[in-house]
Amino acid sequence: MSDTCKFKIDGKEIIAKKGQTILEAAKENGVFIPTLCNFTGVKPKGSCRICSVKINDRFMTSCTTPVAAGMEVESNTEEISDLRKSIIELLFVSGNHFCPSCEKSGNCELQALGYRYQMMVPRFPYSFDKKNVVATGPKLLKDQDRCIKCQRCMKTIKDDEGKRYYAFKNRGRDLEVVMDEEMSKTITDELAKEAMENCPVGSIIYKGVGFSEPIGTRKYDKQPIGSLIETN
Amino acid sequence: MSKKIIATTSLAGCFGCHMSILDIDERILDLVELVEFNKSPIDDIKVFTKQCDIGIIEGGCCNSENIEVLKYFRENCDILISLGECAIMGGLPAMRNGIPIEECLHEAYLDGPTVKLNTQKILPNDSELPMLLNEVYPCHEIVKIDYFLPGCAPRADLIWDALVALITGNEMDLPYEVVKFD
Ligand code: SF4
Ligand code: FES
Repeated sequence: MSDTCKFKIDGKEIIAKKGQTILEAAKENGVFIPTLCNFTGVKPKGSCRICSVKINDRFMTSCTTPVAAGMEVESNTEEISDLRKSIIELLFVSGNHFCPSCEKSGNCELQALGYRYQMMVPRFPYSFDKKNVVATGPKLLKDQDRCIKCQRCMKTIKDDEGKRYYAFKNRGRDLEVVMDEEMSKTITDELAKEAMENCPVGSIIYKGVGFSEPIGTRKYDKQPIGSLIETN
Repeated sequence: MSKKIIATTSLAGCFGCHMSILDIDERILDLVELVEFNKSPIDDIKVFTKQCDIGIIEGGCCNSENIEVLKYFRENCDILISLGECAIMGGLPAMRNGIPIEECLHEAYLDGPTVKLNTQKILPNDSELPMLLNEVYPCHEIVKIDYFLPGCAPRADLIWDALVALITGNEMDLPYEVVKFD
């Protein structure tokens, strides 16, 4: 039995390895599907829904759905693009994203998706909820205004024994991703930088440097997010 | 084609968006061929002297005067454009949202580290002064806004492309680089 199978995304034929998710297969075949909570090397959990596609008229998250031979996937349709845009807009209004004063601006995945989907203004009212900044650690600060609770930091930033630096606190509307204050005192420089890098937005900031890359040279200044995948 | 009439104002903004309008450089000569300016800080016309086609709003609403001016613009302009992050989402002034107004005033006039000269501990209270609002509001939460041009400040090319499209009635085809939130 062959270990590859064929299916279609928006009519384009995709050759996938069996057991791959739709998202992985799309990426290998030069088709961009946006992601936020998904992170290479971490078991996908399908929480942000930005990677939603339509199969048999049902919405599914492409980061968790395995490929099947012959399936017809819709991704880049007007309806799905608008759904994705509405998720981006919801994230913008439920946090406080002051892009002009954010160190991650230009390298932020949420902002880049805002550009890609041409968000000129969110259709929802801004919440302006008061949120905290915790800057007591020596290397890192945590700005809750910007956290989208994707859990990427929780899943990837661990010490030698596998203990996590980040965890959930509170529930429901008060849910926050917080850093363990004791552990943060001894975090290595390397891991601290990785924490900032792995956060899709500017909620985890490595202290001491900021705005070091001039406008025009940052990741998403000239190239839309996903264009590297599409030119592959 | 008769010239379109444009008005502009700066509410709770830093005037950066207006600087960005001027940043269209020599294209300003083409612009005067296409438009005529009415009420605007650029020509210092203080009151509307005729109905305008396009009103360009910089800044959100942080006080009672901003609201009054914004409504005055809505009445006197057929199309309103929110120009820049402050007009669109409150921008940096909206970083005070969520902090009680009393705390803001105390920080600015009494307790802040740079407050040196206010020896009599006065908070501004003259009835001539506009009242601060509880929060800074995006313009479209106060009046209907027709178009939004993001950026802090918006790129001059974005302003130029959008204005020309609007004036000539053509589709806007914005290059990726010009739509930015910073
Ligand atoms: S801090 Fe960043 S990586 Fe962690 S949950 Fe929030 S947005 Fe995700
Ligand atoms: S990337 Fe698939 S649900 Fe978040």
